[in-house]
Amino acid sequence: MSGIRATRRRRQSVLRWVVVTLCMLFFAAPLAGMLDFTTKDAQGNRTGATWAKLVDVQGVSRDYPDLAAGFTASVGLAVLTVVVMLVLLVPTMTWVRLRLPGLSRTVEFLCLLPLTVPAIVLVVGLTPVYSWVTYFLGESTIWLGFAYVILVLPYAYRSLDVGLRAIDVKTLSEAARSLGAGWGTVMVRVVLPNLRTAVLSAAFLAVALTLGEFTIANLFSRTNLQVAMFLLGKSDAQVSVAVGLASLVFAFLVLFALSFVGGRSPSRKETS
Amino acid sequence: MSRGVAVQLTDLRRTYSGVNALDGLTLHLEPGELVALLGPSGCGKTTALRCLAGLEDPDSGRVEVGGKDLTRVPTNKRDMGMVFQAYSLFPHLTARQNVEFGLQLRKQGGEQRRRRSTEMLELVGLSAHVDKYAHQLSGGQQQRVALARALAIEPQVLLLDEPLSALDAKVRTQLRDEIRRIQLEVGTTTLFVTHDQEEALAIADRVGVMRSGRLLQLAAPQELYSRPTDDFVADFVGLTNRVMGTSHGTTAQVLGADVPLLPGSASEGPVTVLIRPEHLTVTQDAAGAAVVISSSFLGAQGRVVVSPGENLHQVLVQVPSAVVADFSPGDRVTVRPVGAPALAIAAG
Amino acid sequence: MADTARRGALAGRRPSSALLGVVPFFVYVTVFLLVPTLVVVVGAFIATGPGGQGGLSLANVRALAEPAVTSALWHSLILSAVTAVAGAVIGAFLAYAVSTARPDGVLRRFTTSLCGVLAQFGGVALAFAFLATFGATGYLTKLLASTGLDDTGGLWLYEWNKGLMLVYLYFQIPLMLIVFLPAVEGLRPQWREAAETLGGSTWLYWRKIAAPILFPSFVGALLLLFTNAFSAYATAAALVSQGSPLLPLAIGGTLNSEVILGQENVGKAMALLMVVVVAAVMTLYAAIDRRASRWLAR
Repeated sequence: MSGIRATRRRRQSVLRWVVVTLCMLFFAAPLAGMLDFTTKDAQGNRTGATWAKLVDVQGVSRDYPDLAAGFTASVGLAVLTVVVMLVLLVPTMTWVRLRLPGLSRTVEFLCLLPLTVPAIVLVVGLTPVYSWVTYFLGESTIWLGFAYVILVLPYAYRSLDVGLRAIDVKTLSEAARSLGAGWGTVMVRVVLPNLRTAVLSAAFLAVALTLGEFTIANLFSRTNLQVAMFLLGKSDAQVSVAVGLASLVFAFLVLFALSFVGGRSPSRKETS
Repeated sequence: MSRGVAVQLTDLRRTYSGVNALDGLTLHLEPGELVALLGPSGCGKTTALRCLAGLEDPDSGRVEVGGKDLTRVPTNKRDMGMVFQAYSLFPHLTARQNVEFGLQLRKQGGEQRRRRSTEMLELVGLSAHVDKYAHQLSGGQQQRVALARALAIEPQVLLLDEPLSALDAKVRTQLRDEIRRIQLEVGTTTLFVTHDQEEALAIADRVGVMRSGRLLQLAAPQELYSRPTDDFVADFVGLTNRVMGTSHGTTAQVLGADVPLLPGSASEGPVTVLIRPEHLTVTQDAAGAAVVISSSFLGAQGRVVVSPGENLHQVLVQVPSAVVADFSPGDRVTVRPVGAPALAIAAG
Repeated sequence: MADTARRGALAGRRPSSALLGVVPFFVYVTVFLLVPTLVVVVGAFIATGPGGQGGLSLANVRALAEPAVTSALWHSLILSAVTAVAGAVIGAFLAYAVSTARPDGVLRRFTTSLCGVLAQFGGVALAFAFLATFGATGYLTKLLASTGLDDTGGLWLYEWNKGLMLVYLYFQIPLMLIVFLPAVEGLRPQWREAAETLGGSTWLYWRKIAAPILFPSFVGALLLLFTNAFSAYATAAALVSQGSPLLPLAIGGTLNSEVILGQENVGKAMALLMVVVVAAVMTLYAAIDRRASRWLAR
């Protein structure tokens, strides 16, 4: 195929590959460093010993109890954060949309406010609040989830907002109500099933944020995955780096897989 | 004042993703005339327009404007004005700045530009909105600005890619007459692409019906309508009934009467005759073989749907609105062609 | 008439029962967000006297003028600004490159997923990655030493104005891609085609159409990158073992180490300072974002 268009497309393609490759090299370098670091032994020879250690789950919980505890804590945190976030946000946002549209700006403001309050600042202010939480609920790391919900609020709000907008909640609920459904039925049987993608997306963001959170846990002297990795880094660097690499790769694979499942990305319309 | 130049597209071919978008299109536009390319989606009409504009490269064939071969010339050197279906106004510029954009590129001075943009915006009736941005204008107004912008540079050819498709029905009819008025006033050779046959018939000097990358018939609206040379054309433009009959060369026997046939019809044997609703009559007849299925009052006229007999296709008959109420479902009637020439294609 | 009066009274009563539905949300946000914010804002202006009693005072705010704090603030601002600008420029190129790829293709999915992970996941894992690569035993350290670029044996990594900047870029560029890609994709093909039919070249299109249209989004994204770097704690904490060259680290320090009596709330003052900076930038961002979405969303 000849022509000016084709040349331009080819040039664009070359530029695209050059830029992306350069960036990929930059991104790959430290990751390669992690791989290199975790496959060396004291003499500098290649060995898979570190990785073998990780795969042996029994061994891990035996030799690295803090790491295992941190991992379990993070999983629990992720679950609690997702549950509280959904229970809090989905009914509230739907309710506001349907019955209290005047409050939507306020809710939006409150949900986006955490963007202005960095985690490090939140920690300072949460100290007295958490002394009460500890008084009522005990010392367990899992109660940090309440703070994590705040951190994830802006991202979860945006995701659910897009979802609610896309399904036109108002019309659906009016149709359901005209057929005789009560508000509860509307929520559970009409709205929620249609919000699946948005809910999954918000949940995923919450999990990603929780698993990657370090600041609050560290400054409250609790253990989660990131803190455990950090502390382990001082004693057994290789294992902690391996865990870090594994978590990055795992998160990437999940996101990559999800990109195929989700809705189609906006494509240019071809007319003729 | 006619500025028109002649346009010649010769044997354009374009394939992508295995589909033949253009399959040997040859088209000639006389200076100053408005030709409409009409057809269903995917027929290649927009591809043809974009090849003329240079926004797409044909695989083979020639594009000549004013006698010059422009096939290898890039878009920005072809001096053509184009109006897109939607979203083509630059959002960060006002209407006036949009119109002056092409003039700026041609290094025209500020005073000259201003005069020209004022003149153009007045021509399209938007003098009151010169300093508005795209998001402050309605769809119809945006298309007017787009038209002013395209004409401001005094292009050799004006290209319109379904400019009315994204607009409301009422705005559409209004704007299409305006486009025609302006085009006649300025005299630029124009290619207008649309899938709406009413639009094409209403404003074009000649209409070209396309299908699957090929031009089926290119003729004045009147001729296209009453003397189609292809059954797809007969079907696509206006309403058509398909009635079974028998061909005897220059006439065919259908619905109990003889109908003269148009050139290109099948000459022997069983045929499907394409008859327009206004070329049939229906009368109450207790002994008739046909039965009324339904009737509708459409304001200016009426329509009656009739079944001419057992196992035969329904036909649509146009009747004066005053009498449509006389026909009720179940009435026995006789349907007859009035005798206007029709196209017949071989059946089976 | 009595009907409308009754309906009016009912109308006044019905919204309040609906309000009950949002009470849990408001209570939660108050306890876990508004109260802590208030604690910080109010606490910044309370200093405990020698007898332990608290009282309104500007002592903490004045403590902000100490060189330790001002240098931490200054370093944070510079680090954030530099990584924001560098990240924005490089990320913008990457975003443009990705936008020209097929929307459903592998390249796009791969790049966006990778950037999604790197932008969100930062912190400890990232710090370790750089330690493994550029630290004492890293594979690139030896390379750098042999080419003469690095003779500190990898110590440059822990300095806020060298190593940290590089590390921060690692999550700034991906964040830029995620935030800016929708803007680049919002450029309609019709704009470019219209510019061409009017006689413009590719360079002209970029100069007069695409760049002005993208500019607000670019600046907005840059501001977002700034606050992101300014607020980051985990990565810095994992890399910097002594001293608090950055503001977040200084704040963290007040929570961990022994605090001089009477200065317990200096941390809150620093936190307030941080909030002020971030809030100012975010307000600017919100204003720019509104303008950008007007042009691109339609």
